[in-house]
Amino acid sequence: MELLSPLVPILIIVIKSGVAIFALVTAFAYAVWIERRVMARMQSRIGPNRAGPFGLLQPLADAVKVLLKEEIIPQDAKVPIYLLAPAVSLVPALLSFAVVPIGPEIEILGQKITLYLADLNVGVLYVFALASVGVYGIVLAGWSSGSKYSFLGALRSSAQMLSYELPLGLSVVGALMLAGTLSLVQLVEAQKNAWFILLQPLGFLIFIVSAVAEVNRAPFDLPEAETELVAGYHTEYTSIKWAFFYMAEYINMIVVSSIAVTLFFGGWQGPFFPPAVWYFLKVAAFIFLFIWLRATLPRLRYDRLMQFGWKILLPLSLVNIIATAAIMVWQG
Amino acid sequence: MPEDYLPILIYFLIAVGFALAGIATSHLLSFLFVRRRAAKDKLIPYESGMLPQGPARRRFHVQFYLVAVLFILFDIEIVFLFPWAVVFRELQILGLIEMGLFILVLFLGLIYVWKKGALEWE
Amino acid sequence: MEAFFWVVAIPATVSAVGVVMMRDTVYSALLLVVHLLAVAVLFVLLNAQLIAAVQVVVYAGAIMVLFLFVIMMLGLGRGEGVKEKLPLQRPVALLFGGAMAILLGVVMSQTTIQPVAGALTPGDVLAMGGNTQVVGRLLFSDYLLAFEVTSILLLVAIIGAVVLAKRRL
Repeated sequence: MELLSPLVPILIIVIKSGVAIFALVTAFAYAVWIERRVMARMQSRIGPNRAGPFGLLQPLADAVKVLLKEEIIPQDAKVPIYLLAPAVSLVPALLSFAVVPIGPEIEILGQKITLYLADLNVGVLYVFALASVGVYGIVLAGWSSGSKYSFLGALRSSAQMLSYELPLGLSVVGALMLAGTLSLVQLVEAQKNAWFILLQPLGFLIFIVSAVAEVNRAPFDLPEAETELVAGYHTEYTSIKWAFFYMAEYINMIVVSSIAVTLFFGGWQGPFFPPAVWYFLKVAAFIFLFIWLRATLPRLRYDRLMQFGWKILLPLSLVNIIATAAIMVWQG
Repeated sequence: MPEDYLPILIYFLIAVGFALAGIATSHLLSFLFVRRRAAKDKLIPYESGMLPQGPARRRFHVQFYLVAVLFILFDIEIVFLFPWAVVFRELQILGLIEMGLFILVLFLGLIYVWKKGALEWE
Repeated sequence: MEAFFWVVAIPATVSAVGVVMMRDTVYSALLLVVHLLAVAVLFVLLNAQLIAAVQVVVYAGAIMVLFLFVIMMLGLGRGEGVKEKLPLQRPVALLFGGAMAILLGVVMSQTTIQPVAGALTPGDVLAMGGNTQVVGRLLFSDYLLAFEVTSILLLVAIIGAVVLAKRRL
C-alpha cells in the first residue's frame, strides 16, 4: 500500500476522467430526450414515449440503432480525414469540460477530491483555445466528404463560429476584470457576495447570444439549415460518426452553459442544496433556454447573421469593456 | 505549474481513446452484423437524388477569406485584453487610458471595414 | 519533466518534417496544426501558460483556419503545378542543411545555458499571482509602447486585408 501511494492521485484522475466522459455522454443522451419531449409539448405533440416509462429508454434505443447502422464511406471522400473528423470535433468538446468546477472539495475514503479535473490559472483562455480548435472538426468533415452540401455547410459554419468567437471572448472580459483571475475556481469564489450577472448584465447578454451562435443552435443553426443545405457538414456521415457530431454539439452546449453559470451565476454557490445540485439545476435551466429558443425563433438569413455579429455584438462588447473599466475606476 | 496540467493530459488520452474506440467499434459492428448490399450508387454523394454535377470542392466567395483575416486581427486584440483584465484593479485609471487607446485604434479599423462595405455579403 | 519534454518534442519534430514532406497541402496544413499544438504543450512545460493558450488561440485556432481556407479556396491540395525548376536544388539543400546540422551540433555541445541574472523563478511568479498576472503587469508598464504600437500594426493589417480582398473600394 505504501509503495502504491504515489499512484493514488493518478488513479483518482483516471477515475474522474472516466466519470466525466460517462456523465457528459449520458447528459448528451438525456438532453436530446428532453429536447424532443419539450419541443413536442411546445408544438402540441407528444414526442417519444414508447421506449420505457415516459420514453426514458429512448436514448438507449437510439444508441443501439446508431451503432448498428451500416458504415458508408462516400466515393469522393478523403478517407483518413473523413474517419477522423468526428473525433476531432468531439475531443475538444470533451476536453473543455475539464476546468468546469461542479463544487468545492469533497472527501471520499479519506482522499480529498476536487469536483473538477484541473484548476488552471488560464482556465477561461483554455476553454476559448479549445473552442477555436473545435472549428477543425467541422471544416475537415465538410471538406473530406466530397459533397457540395457538406462543403458549403462547413464553410458557413466555420465562418460563423469564427465571427461569434470575437464577441464571445470579449463579453467575458468584464467579469474577468471584476474577479482579477482567469481561474474558474477563483471566479466562483469571487461571486460569494454578488453574482456577476448583476454587475455585468450586458456582458452576459452578449455572451449568451454569441454562445448560441458558437454552438450552432437555432436561431443561428445555419450550418444545418435543412431547407437549403440538407444537413450541412455532416450530410454524408452515418452511424456513430454522425452521432459524434451531435454529441459534440450537445456537449459544447453543456460547456457554454457551465461557463455562463460559472462566470455570471455564481457557479455551484446557492443556499440549502449541496453545491453540485445547484450547479446541475443552473446548467439545466440554460439547456432548457436553448431548447425554448429553438422551438420559438425562426432561423436567420446568413448575411444578416454575419452582420449581426460584426456590426452589433462586436462594437457592443467593446463598449461594455470600456464602460466597465470606467465605472470601476470611478468607484475606486 | 506544469503539474497542474497532468490531469488534462490524462483526460486527453482517455478522451481520444474513447473517440477512436467508438469509431472503430462501429466499423467492426457494421462489418460483422450489418448486411451489406454492394451497390456503387450508394457511395455517390447526396445531391437531392440527382447525379452530382461538377466537383464538390469548388472555389468559394472571397468574403469567407476576408472574415477569416479580420477574425485573426481582432482575435489578437482579445488576447491582449485577457492579461489586461486580470491586473486591471492594480492599473486603475492608467489601465483605462492604455486600453482605451488600443481599443480606439481598432475601433477605427472596424469603422473602416464597415464603411468600405467589407462586412456586406453580395 | 525531462521525460515529458521528449514525449512532446518528438511528435513536434515528426509533424514538422511531415509538413514539408506531404504532397497534399491540406495534410501539410493539418500537420502544422499538430506541430503548433505540440509547441503549445512545450510552453506549458516552460511555465508559460498564457503563451501556451495564446499559441493555441491565435496560431492553431485562427491563422491555420485561414491557411485551410486559402488552400481550399485556391483548389490546391494535390500538389499540382509544383515542379522543380532548379536541377541542383536537392543536392545543394542537402549540403547546406548538413553543414547547418553539424554547426548546431558543435555549438550545442560546446555551450552550457546559464539562467538569466535576475530572472523570476516559477515560485516567484506564483507568489506574484501567476503567469497571466505577471505578464499583464509587465506588458502594461515596461512594454507599454510596444503594446500601443501593436494596435497601429493591427490597424494597418486590417486596412491591407480590406484593400486586397475588395475589388471595388
